[in-house]
Amino acid sequence: MKFEYLIEGGDFIRAGHASSDIKKILNQLNLDPAIVRRIAVSMYEAEVNVVAHAFRGVMKVNINPERILVLVEDEGPGIPDIAQAMQEGYSTASDKVREMGFGAGMGLSNMKKNTDILDIHSAINRGTVVKMTTFTKSGAS
Amino acid sequence: MITIADIVSNLNSSVLAGSDKLQRPVKGAYASDLLSDVMGKAREGELWITMQTHKNIIAVASLKDLSAILIVNGGKPDEDTLATAQSEGVVILGTEARSFSTCGRLYKLMEGDALV
Repeated sequence: MKFEYLIEGGDFIRAGHASSDIKKILNQLNLDPAIVRRIAVSMYEAEVNVVAHAFRGVMKVNINPERILVLVEDEGPGIPDIAQAMQEGYSTASDKVREMGFGAGMGLSNMKKNTDILDIHSAINRGTVVKMTTFTKSGAS
Repeated sequence: MITIADIVSNLNSSVLAGSDKLQRPVKGAYASDLLSDVMGKAREGELWITMQTHKNIIAVASLKDLSAILIVNGGKPDEDTLATAQSEGVVILGTEARSFSTCGRLYKLMEGDALV
């Protein structure tokens, strides 16, 4: 099964919409709720990153019996130093975004903790591609 | 295990959304105003104590399978947010009390029972 969602930069009200939708679908497939929650967390963080930092993006989700693949591609500023961005507490979010409780600098580390394989590629002033793979059997990771 | 209804009656709080789900068990609680902190650290079935009132709290509570959101300092989400909470099955409680006293009273109520 394949699903695709458009994500608008700056649209904080709608942030989480794609993740919530996919979570409902995964629950209907009777996957382990703990694995569904891990996927939900990693998708939400990826979605919020596009909303907070990029102009727009697309989230593609590919579900098969062995694994869930989430691909998030955005058009935006890119990440100059991915290792630095991965550090907990490091954030470039604006004050307005932080007042809403976003921009804690925990998004990327939450994605890393909640996926089996996290792959990030970024090009400055072009955009970022995030690929997250989660296996459906807890032992598979 | 205590339920959301126990918390409503013991903490002088009001039910803002999800009044049909007050029998849901509360396994513990997590207090934070940073959404990613809650996404990373809160556990399934816990109550979330926060001052945030904007619509995105619904997604966080729903994606993490939290039992309810308890908004402190008399904060009230707008009507649209409450309607979304209702349709997504997210319980929202509100209290005039501040965060510290709310956590203290909750801790006393749940000590020995929940995963505090």
